[in-house]
Amino acid sequence: MTNQDIPIEALQDDEPHQPVRGVWREVWSQLYQHKGAMFGMVFLLFITLAVLIGPYLYQVDPQKIDIRNKDFRPIYTTLWDSDAKTGWNKPLGSDQLGRDNLAQMLAGGRASMAVGWAAMVLSVLIGTLIGVLAGFYQKLDGVLMRLTDLFLALPILPLLLVAVTLFRQPLRAEFGAEGGMFILIVTVIAITSWMPMARIVRGDILAIKEREFVLAARSIGTRSNKLILRHLLPNVMSPIMVSATLGLASAIITESALSFLGVGFPSDFPTWGKMLADAVVRMEEYPERVILPGIAISLTVLSVNYLGDGLRDALDPRIRGR
Amino acid sequence: MLQYATRRLLLSIPTLLFISFAIFMLLQLAPGDPMAQVPLTVPPEVKEKMREALGLGEPAHVQYWKWLVQVGWTEPKVFIDWLTRDSALLGWLPDTNLYQGELRVISWQTRSPVMDIVVQRIPQTLWVVGVAYVVAILIALPIGIYSAYRQYSVFDQAGTFVTMIGFSIPPFFTGPLLIVIFSVQLGWLPSIYDTTHVVRDWASFKVQLQQMIMPVMVLALQITAQLSRYMRASTLDNLNQDYVRTARAKGLSESIVVMSHVVRNSMIPVVTVIALGVPAIFGGAIITENVFKVNGIGQLLLTALFANDLPMVMTLTFIFAVLIVLFNLIADVLYGILDPRIRYD
Repeated sequence: MTNQDIPIEALQDDEPHQPVRGVWREVWSQLYQHKGAMFGMVFLLFITLAVLIGPYLYQVDPQKIDIRNKDFRPIYTTLWDSDAKTGWNKPLGSDQLGRDNLAQMLAGGRASMAVGWAAMVLSVLIGTLIGVLAGFYQKLDGVLMRLTDLFLALPILPLLLVAVTLFRQPLRAEFGAEGGMFILIVTVIAITSWMPMARIVRGDILAIKEREFVLAARSIGTRSNKLILRHLLPNVMSPIMVSATLGLASAIITESALSFLGVGFPSDFPTWGKMLADAVVRMEEYPERVILPGIAISLTVLSVNYLGDGLRDALDPRIRGR
Repeated sequence: MLQYATRRLLLSIPTLLFISFAIFMLLQLAPGDPMAQVPLTVPPEVKEKMREALGLGEPAHVQYWKWLVQVGWTEPKVFIDWLTRDSALLGWLPDTNLYQGELRVISWQTRSPVMDIVVQRIPQTLWVVGVAYVVAILIALPIGIYSAYRQYSVFDQAGTFVTMIGFSIPPFFTGPLLIVIFSVQLGWLPSIYDTTHVVRDWASFKVQLQQMIMPVMVLALQITAQLSRYMRASTLDNLNQDYVRTARAKGLSESIVVMSHVVRNSMIPVVTVIALGVPAIFGGAIITENVFKVNGIGQLLLTALFANDLPMVMTLTFIFAVLIVLFNLIADVLYGILDPRIRYD
């Protein structure tokens, strides 16, 4: 009777080998191993910080016209061409009106990133709302999905161009040249890009709705809005995050494309796409004015895409932990 | 299947009506007066007459109805007449003479029928964008298959990197970059696509080929990026299936297993993706056409927009919408035909 208190050895509880980790720690450790995603995240952070803090460190007005110091080459041109017109006061050179390229790059990046983020957030909100409503409420499903199909059948780029060219003037009168254009571009990009998100969210909600934990939550009297917010939405976070990153990339590209076609922000307001478009005519003498904003757009979008790729792998529980 | 196709075809009519109405209302709401360019010395009553001549005096629903009749009834009649009179395919039929001089959709810029201009511009767009699409398919499919077959190999990693680049570098950057390298620095290729160039012999064919290389490559890079990813994912899905193991167990050679078993099955979703991309051939190349000065459909839409030519914009966007709806339908039907597991009824 003495050994009664000591349990049999095989039935003893093992101490957990590792402390139990939350889902997000797990996701992070998976993401950490994805080289492309880490590169993307670091570069995206770098660009974001540069365009946020940069203008305070490098206090040159990007719109200031300095015609005496026009057409400076970037400082690194001296490496192979010592006669080039360069100056330390203009590290990345200046354009045909003497505006400082570095200051323009920083300000332009700010505009591009702001448009990208705002359009992405708005389109995620619309897409998630419509997807959740269509997936959760049977009655709305038919109507909302037909609406999504309709929007998918609209020709996007032509419509974007139509909307931007036609509604520029009234919004400009209402909110000022830059504010009006910002609102217009963000809304137009968001309205034309929420459909894939809505479809994905609806599909996932339809599947999750039938699971036992939803039934359990319902049986203890959870109301529909709580059910959606506390039980359904957290479970569809991963596809939302993945398509949000891809949405950010495409929003940045779309904004630059609009600027390139000459229907974006007003001409004295720099964005990367506009700088590129303005420089194309002088591309032979000053290739850097095309290449610098071009590389900025491409690298930002590339890093966002890699981040999305890594997130997709990290958030997929079938792949995670392998 | 036939029943399904018919039902979808019938359903697409209200969809298209709604889309055309949405585009029409968008254009109606928009500010911008086609009479803005008319000199101020023209008296207002004359201006009013001019507006009516453009069809602007009527209320909106009458304008919409007239446009609908013109596009949906008059233009097909003109097309059928052309088919039976001039085309090689049906020219042997007696001339139908359906078109009796009714008013067609008239462009405000050129005062000529919109469809005539569209027909003039279509060949350039088809040459550049269509060839790019074919080239992209030919490149993307082998890349996708091979990188799935050798997953995580050097080739696969390189392929993934290239597709990422293709996704990320916008055409308005690759276009000028290629122009700087190949037209300005090396001088090998012309920077502008000359649409008046006529192919008569080998020398002129070579010129045509040279001017097509850059726009085609810029477009093909993007399309390849998308298609090869789809192909890779689809092939990967199929490589792990049981029937592949069975085929190998029967002693079939690796080339037969991959080429005739795996590829045929993984082509099913890819073919529908390819079909879904076809409408973009006609309308999506606005930027590339702009960079290389190809006067195709995309460039036509852009100039019409800047010139406030509403009938042209309306008709062009409607044509794009028709193509999108049509090829969505074709993709769904193709999916059902290629994959007997899919049942629509």
